[in-house]
Amino acid sequence: MKNTIIHRANTRGVADLGWLKSYQTFSFSGYYNPERMRFGVLRVLNDDIVDGSKGFGDHPHDNMEIISIPLQGELVHKDSMGNEAVIKPGEIQVMSAGTGIYHTEFNKNDTEPVKFLQIWVYPNKRNVTPRYDQIAIPFNERNVLHQILSPNTDDNGVWIYQNAWFNMGEFDAGKEINYQLNDKANGVYVFVLNGDITVNGQHLNTRDGMGLWDTDQLNIKANTDTQVLLMEVPMEL
Amino acid sequence: MENQIQILVVCTHEGIMATILRLIGNNTAWHAVGATDVAETKDLLKLKHFDVVLLGNGLTEKEEADIVDFAKVRNSNTKIIYHFGGGSGLLFGEIHEELAGK
Repeated sequence: MKNTIIHRANTRGVADLGWLKSYQTFSFSGYYNPERMRFGVLRVLNDDIVDGSKGFGDHPHDNMEIISIPLQGELVHKDSMGNEAVIKPGEIQVMSAGTGIYHTEFNKNDTEPVKFLQIWVYPNKRNVTPRYDQIAIPFNERNVLHQILSPNTDDNGVWIYQNAWFNMGEFDAGKEINYQLNDKANGVYVFVLNGDITVNGQHLNTRDGMGLWDTDQLNIKANTDTQVLLMEVPMEL
Repeated sequence: MENQIQILVVCTHEGIMATILRLIGNNTAWHAVGATDVAETKDLLKLKHFDVVLLGNGLTEKEEADIVDFAKVRNSNTKIIYHFGGGSGLLFGEIHEELAGK
């Protein structure tokens, strides 16, 4: 199919710094693959594992919408706007880096690793005032998609400076859902957190990713118990 | 080095500027200098040729447009990069992509 791209889990870039293992769907830092630069405005999808008590020291960001989704363990966040927070599974954190922000991220636990997704989306506006937000997502219902991000301040989930919508859900084997795009001009990047699914006839396994565009809906079937993340984003910068 | 790619980084944030210059400096094929406002940027563009102008954070759209116009008038081959992320993991990819003409 011309309007799809599949990134198998084992084709991602890998950065191993000892304390950090990062599986990178798109080019990042030392991993450069011109065929893997972005999916629309989705620029970074890093699947990070940080050792106990370790983390990222003080470092800057600007002009990027940065979303962190913890999958296991707890992450301590501190930033130059005075925010200090701990994020854990069931929560989502967003920073609009805008004109510039410094932050640190450390594993709260001394011995157990923390696992989280770090997702960067190009903003639709440069040099905005930096902002931080963190919310709990009520993942109490299985077999439905939960909206965790949108462009709207008064909608479910966090909001960002971009015409993007993220949804997450856990599904029992055999369940099937259809996802209707919010904006038909957007594409959707499906990332399998766990399990085995079929998306529009394409079979995907744990940590596989699949981008689809020029479509207004997609069909997802859970072949096993599964957890998925859907990232609907504009295809043009 | 004589054949280094010359990069002019424009950024108002001191810390981010330092990070970008340090990261670019790690690549011996590239050489970067920084400017923190439009006037300094134009002065540097008058002084020497730059292969790349990398627009970092803190400039208004008007200032960015002014710099782009000025750089292109002096040398239409100068490549303009709108940097995102703040001297982060995207920097090398942005420069490589632009130099490759993508």
